[in-house]
Amino acid sequence: MMSPQVEIQLIAAVTAAACSLVGTFLVLRRMAMMSDAISHSILLGIVVAFLAVGDLASPWLVLGAAATGVLTVALVETLHRTRLVKEDAAIGLVFPALFSLGVILLARHAGAVHLDTDVVLLGELAFAPFDRFAPGGTDLGPRALWLAGGVLLLDAAALALFFKELKLATFDAGLAATLGFAPALIHYGLMSLVSVTAVASFDAVGLVLVVALMVGPPAAAHLLTDRLPRLLGLAVLMGAAAAVGGYWIARWLDVSIAGAMAATVGLVFLLALLSAPQRGLVAAARRRATQRLEFALAMLAIHVAQHQDGPDAADECRADRIHLHLHWERGFAERVLRAAEQRRLLRREGGLVRLDEAGQALARGALTR
Amino acid sequence: MSWDAVAAFWSDYTLRTVAAGAAVIGATAGVLGVFAQLRRQSLLGDAVSHAALPGIALVFLLTGSKEPAALVAGAAATGWLGALCVTGIVRSSRVPADSALGLVLSVFFGAGLMLLTWIQRRPDASQAGLDRFLFGQAATLLTADVATMAALGGGAVLVLVLLWKEFKLLSFDPAYAALLGLPVRRLDILLTGLLVAAVVAGLQAVGVVLMSAMLVAPAAAARQWTDRLAPMAALAALFGAAAGVGGAVASSLTARTPTGPAIVLAATAIVLVSLVLAPRRGLLAGAWRRWRRRRDLRLHAVLLDLHALAGQHGDPTAAPHAAAVLRAMAAGGSVRRSLRELAGRGWAADAGGDLWTITADGRGEAERFLAARAVDGRPEASP
Repeated sequence: MMSPQVEIQLIAAVTAAACSLVGTFLVLRRMAMMSDAISHSILLGIVVAFLAVGDLASPWLVLGAAATGVLTVALVETLHRTRLVKEDAAIGLVFPALFSLGVILLARHAGAVHLDTDVVLLGELAFAPFDRFAPGGTDLGPRALWLAGGVLLLDAAALALFFKELKLATFDAGLAATLGFAPALIHYGLMSLVSVTAVASFDAVGLVLVVALMVGPPAAAHLLTDRLPRLLGLAVLMGAAAAVGGYWIARWLDVSIAGAMAATVGLVFLLALLSAPQRGLVAAARRRATQRLEFALAMLAIHVAQHQDGPDAADECRADRIHLHLHWERGFAERVLRAAEQRRLLRREGGLVRLDEAGQALARGALTR
Repeated sequence: MSWDAVAAFWSDYTLRTVAAGAAVIGATAGVLGVFAQLRRQSLLGDAVSHAALPGIALVFLLTGSKEPAALVAGAAATGWLGALCVTGIVRSSRVPADSALGLVLSVFFGAGLMLLTWIQRRPDASQAGLDRFLFGQAATLLTADVATMAALGGGAVLVLVLLWKEFKLLSFDPAYAALLGLPVRRLDILLTGLLVAAVVAGLQAVGVVLMSAMLVAPAAAARQWTDRLAPMAALAALFGAAAGVGGAVASSLTARTPTGPAIVLAATAIVLVSLVLAPRRGLLAGAWRRWRRRRDLRLHAVLLDLHALAGQHGDPTAAPHAAAVLRAMAAGGSVRRSLRELAGRGWAADAGGDLWTITADGRGEAERFLAARAVDGRPEASP
């Protein structure tokens, strides 16, 4: 028997893993906003399915709601194919309309539908352990964990089965079509998975924050690697880590778990954005600084090589005036000179700068490159 | 709408206020939405409206004030920050725009939720009104609120009009704008700021999700009717205002219909009508054009066959030809119907007994058609 705490963390991590898995392909296919559209539209599906079935726990509800997600995708595609509106505008037209229909239905049947709008939008992970899955009286754990676990398995199985096809259709849709892989079928298959995952996750994290789990971890992981299997693994790990981390932050501050999870996803992304080994902002800034120094060293070497044996060497090669000739800031010139001395490119002799062997070679190399 | 409803509209203070507020929101969002659509930023409004939540919560947390102006300022601050984050992420990393949008909107929203739940824990907290923020509560609008919205929205539109030429150039050809020495970065930030102003002005009336729809729908509808920017903006403002008023009235006429969603559905209806009925781009116009082109092709195919037969038989007009021969020559379609339509245009004549002749007019048309094809430089027309 697990404690409710552990159960909540497990549900959060499994949900995040499932979202990250399908989300990776959304991010790669530049359809991240589809997760926003689908997660909003399924409200309509949930309300309609609930009115038809009358049971929030029914699997039909999941299927019906997921169907609305696929309907959203189909509507966006149809609208886009008329070529009268651009794709992002098509998304922005379809999901608010379906969401509005859902909200109106919810308001009109408020008596019949025991759906708290707050729960639909924000989820309530904290209460998930109270809803048990107990077939025949034996308690097998929280229902939400079974649902999330089932969806994770479904996602993983589908992705593993069609990995080659998905990969091809994602990176080269044209080639996939030529080879007869029916990109449309793959597209709708993936969107069905996204819809089912979104419906299963809405219990736990609510509609808006499904987007954070689907987009954030893959986008962060994509900054760290270029290989698809590694990207998927990293995204799942980061998603699960953000979910568990978010849970503890929420406990520590006593705030909404879903909100803290989304904010943690943001932190994870920020961390990756800053510190990714090659693409991170810090690495890029350091690379730029290095390039700037290398370039300045070459300029300095060329300048000194040109003038050190000339008639104006006394002025052109004076260590304290060289920044004027090269149009540098004084401090920067001093830094470059010191770096050059350290690398034994040049020496200072009585206030004048003279190139060493290595400096001569650098100047020659830079000029003949 | 019946006259009773019209009378009720004018005598009902609440409805009048709500409709006025919705019209202001719709018009402002319509005008700015046109620029967002042009710059392929239709969904930026979605990110901005979600990103406004932490700002509202922060203002309440720091000042304890529920003053609309203060909350709107907070919403604008984080909404703008969110928009800048989106452009910053796209510019400085390989993350594509759609992922940056999704990330910013959900993370900011999550942070807002954290703050809201933090607030609700405090002993002095009343409900900070998440529902109101999410769905909007147009029904509680006061005249003062409408005045605030009108000032904010009107200010945004005024700036837009004053810098019209610059924004137009920026939206159509940013590279050329930079070449002309315009401060592209600053203009870009300013235009985004105007978008933010339009979004936060409408948030409390129609809510987050539905506010983003108001930026997209009127602009998309207006796009169908004209190719010129100024008329498009005017039309979008009109559509937005109409959707606002229509939605407000519809929600007041039917029980338990929230105003925000009703406005969005009204805007969606306007888009659908525009997509179908717009004169040149519309679906109907397109279908009509395709149908006519196909008919012309079908008629000319038969006419050219008739022309060729007449040419081979020396005497161009007199000798009639059997419809069966023409049918054998035709690639498909109903030859009889085409012949009747040709006769209707005076290009062919029924000689009786299922025999047809080409008329002088018909020969002229066939020659003209072949000549036009030769000018096109099709290989089969060259000697």
